[in-house]
Parts: sequence; structure tokens; C-alpha cells
Amino acid sequence: MRQYFTNIIDAIVTTAIGFGVTFRHLFVRSVTLQYPDERWDMPERSRMRLNMDWEDCIGCFKCARACPVDCIHITTTKVPRDFDQLGETKNGTQKRLLVEQFDIDMSECMYCALCVYPCPEDCLYMTPEYEFSVYDRDELIYDFSPVPEQLKEEAYAAIEEEKRAKEEARREKQAAREAKKAREAQQAKESGEPEEENPDDSEDEEE
Amino acid sequence: MQGLIEFFHGIGVASDFWAAALSILLYTLFVFGFIAIFVLIAVYLERKVSGHMQDRLGPMRVGYHGILQTLADTLKLLLKEDIIPAAADRLLFILAPFVLFLGTFMVYVVLPFGPGAIGADLNIGLFYIVAVSSLVVIGIIMAGYSSNNKWSLYGGMRAAAQIVSYEIPVGLSLLVGVMMTSTLSIVQMVQMQETGIGGVGGILGWNFIQNPFAFIAFFIYLVAGTAEANRTPFDLPEAESELVAGAFTEYSGMRWAFFFLAEYANMWIVAIVASIVFLGGWHSPFPGETFIPGTIWLFAKAFGIVFVQMWARWTFPRLRVDQLMVTCWKYLTPIAFFNIIGVGLWLVTIG
Repeated sequence: MRQYFTNIIDAIVTTAIGFGVTFRHLFVRSVTLQYPDERWDMPERSRMRLNMDWEDCIGCFKCARACPVDCIHITTTKVPRDFDQLGETKNGTQKRLLVEQFDIDMSECMYCALCVYPCPEDCLYMTPEYEFSVYDRDELIYDFSPVPEQLKEEAYAAIEEEKRAKEEARREKQAAREAKKAREAQQAKESGEPEEENPDDSEDEEE
Repeated sequence: MQGLIEFFHGIGVASDFWAAALSILLYTLFVFGFIAIFVLIAVYLERKVSGHMQDRLGPMRVGYHGILQTLADTLKLLLKEDIIPAAADRLLFILAPFVLFLGTFMVYVVLPFGPGAIGADLNIGLFYIVAVSSLVVIGIIMAGYSSNNKWSLYGGMRAAAQIVSYEIPVGLSLLVGVMMTSTLSIVQMVQMQETGIGGVGGILGWNFIQNPFAFIAFFIYLVAGTAEANRTPFDLPEAESELVAGAFTEYSGMRWAFFFLAEYANMWIVAIVASIVFLGGWHSPFPGETFIPGTIWLFAKAFGIVFVQMWARWTFPRLRVDQLMVTCWKYLTPIAFFNIIGVGLWLVTIG
């Protein structure tokens, strides 16, 4: 019988305590973060989406080599030594290669940041951007090489120019050599030594 | 209701029959609309209360602070496919939500919305409420049996055991109020609570404060009423974690929405009956105050009790079946009986 009344008292007291707890929590500041409207600040050095400044890239391939999953794809073209329109990086290095393609496949990236450290120009870095889901996997391949069309044309023109100049120089050289040989042969003929002419000629033909 | 009939007479409906029929139709539509709007508000309130009690925010995205969330949910429910299981007892399956809703809806005949705003002031109003709301259990058993699903059947059996048991403390605790006001009519019961101890009105006139037994009876009614409405500490018939959704497992779309409407309509019934029998109905708690209309007081009291029901829902875990039965038969029922004797002696000797 005594237990019965103890139970009743217990029930009333514990019910009151329970009601008290929930009522207090009614006025506790809620911990909800209204996600798309507000976000947590990401920690410093957090590793998320890679970004790259094309202007500062010298095309050294160090990042591509460091990448454990080979998700960085680079194509470069060498420009003539006197072509200075590629400019300098922010570290003051003269760019020698036209970086035509710099793709990072973020669907393969594993966020190790191993590519970030070898970069001599500090142009590859992790951004705090972490919301980049897409509908198609191909959209995760980020193209960081917006080569200006004019620069590209000029660079190709310069390359062509250099090639043509080289070719010309080679031809001139050859022409000069042939001319020299022809002259020598002429001189030999004029000096009146016909016996020696034949072996000379055959030698030329063999060349 | 009488006012409505007179209004129809006034605008040229000569026949008594048609005036009454039109009034009944209009009042029914009004009550249905009221239930629908109340459910919209109550569900929003419930989610907000639960959210803040758990240090969350609740719905926030649809409209300002999620105000239109329930509206969007209703729309979704309306558009949902209505599935009737192949193995179900088709007739009973279709009828069950309506029987359940009818049980709650019929109570609204005698449920007042303020002074004078009552469907019919029956002289046995309170008895009618207790009697008609028992229909609910038939609806739940029908739903559980006809679904041809073991979870549903369990839910139905539990509902039967629970509602039939808890009707006894509900009836006995309401009897205390009836003894004190010596009437079963809703309107008279409220009128009797206008003045109390020493002729002072206001909160002192209300039943629950007249004597300690009525005070206990009020809390017994709250507990048992919550159990009758199948609200959470006593939601065994639909216990999600044990019975999927209990008796309502196989229901979807609008049929399920009717169960939902009935649950919240039941909450409102419990709240209104508690405020009428124990909290002085539409009387103001301040003596002599007539500035605020009675409807607002009645609704304020009812919403207060609805809030307490929600508060309890987010505070207590669900009872076990044996605990449920122990609470009812070993504690609430004997205490309610004791209350009746106590209040009888009190009325004979003191009051």
C-alpha cells in the first residue's frame, strides 16, 4: 500500500521534472544552421576544390607528376625565345611555355593537396569551395586554361615565323655550301686538272 | 444554431424544414472548415513546438518561418495515389476512415465555439460527447482488421484495449464536474461556473479550483483524454517504432488524411471539454472583465491545453502496453472513484 502512494508521488514528481526540462529547452537558442542561407566557416587550410591561376603557370608539369591519381592533364607548346608576350608570373619568372590545356578532373581528385606544394609559382591551391555537385560527371573536369585567342594566334605565328626563319637559315646555309662547292669545283676545273675532277664529282653525288 | 435558422427565415426561407436543413448544412460546412483550419494550425504548431523543444527550428523554408508548410503537405497528400491493398476487406477498408471521422465529427454537434455559438445545446451534452466519441474505437478496429496486415491488426487491438479502458477514468473525472454543476448540458455547465467561492467571479468560479477533488479530476481528465486521443505518451495504436503506423499502415493519400484530421479533431475535443468542465468555458479569468469576447477566452484555454498535449508528446516516451494498463486500472480509475466519493462528501458537508 505504501508502495502505491510512493508510486503516485514518483509519477507526479518525475512528470513535473520532465515537463520542466522540455519547457526550458523551448527557450534555448536553437543549434540549427539554415544551411543554404548560412554556412559554417571552413577551417583554414581545409582542402576542397582545386583552383589554378593560368596567368602564373609556367607549365612545369610538377603538379601533374605529383598527383597520385593522375587527375591533372597539361599540354604545353614551346614558344620562341624572343616571344615575350606570354609575360611573367607573379613571382617574376618569364614564361617559356604556352600552357594550352590545364584540366583537373575533380571527380578523380582525392584532395591530398600533394600537387599544391611542388608548384614553384604558387599558382595551384585549394579553395574553400565545397559545393560543386553537378548532374553530369563530365562537368567535373575543370578547364583552367582560358588561353586568349589573340595570344594563341600570335604565339603560333611566332612559332611559324621561327620555323620559317630556321628553315630559311638552313636553306641559305645549304645553298651557301653548295655554292662554295660549286665554286671550288669551278676553280679546280680552271686550274686544269681534269683527272681530279671525276672523283670530286662522284663524292658530291654520294653526298 | 437557432440563430442560423432564424437568419434563413429572415431571408425568405418560409418552410421550417428547409431553414433547418440549410442551417445544418451550413453549420456542418463551418465545422468541417474549422477542423481543417485547426489541423493546419495545430500541425504547424506541433512541428514548431517539437523543433524548439529539441533545440531545432522546425519548418523554416516554406513561407515566413515555414508558415505554409502544412498547406504544402496537405497539397501533397491530396495528390498522392490512393492505394487499396488487394487482400484488404474492401468495403470495411473504405468505410473505416469515415466511421472514425464520424465519431469525432459528431461530437462537434454539442461543442461550443463561444457563448451562443453551439450546434445544439443538448440537455445530456456531456454524456453525448462521451458516448459518441466511443465510435472512434470502431473505426480504428475496422481499419486494423480490414487492412489484412498484422501490424494493423495489432494496432487495432491495442486501440480497442486502450480506448475502452481509458473511457472509464474519462467518464469518472467528468462526473466530478457534473456533480459540482448538477447538469449535463454544456451551456448550463459553463453558466454555473460564472461565480464561485464567496460570489467572486473570474478564475475563482472555475470548477477545478473549487475543491481539491476537482483539481485532481482535472489532471486525470487531461491524462486520460490524451490517451483517448491516442496522443504520444499513449500512442500505442500507431506506435511507429513497433507497428510501422499501427492501424493506419496500409492507408495513403486522402484516406490517411482523414485519420490525421480525426486525431487532431480529437485533440481539440479533449481541450474544449477540459476547458468547459474544469476551466470555466468562455468565462474570463478576471472577475468582471467583459472586454475580451468569450470565444477568445475559450480558444485561448483550448489552445493552452492543446499546447500541454504537445508538450507532453515531446517530453515522454511511449508507454509499454502493461504500463498503459497499470496506469489506467491501478491508478487513474481508483483515484477517479475516490474523487467521486470525495467530491460528494465535499458538496454535502462544505459546498
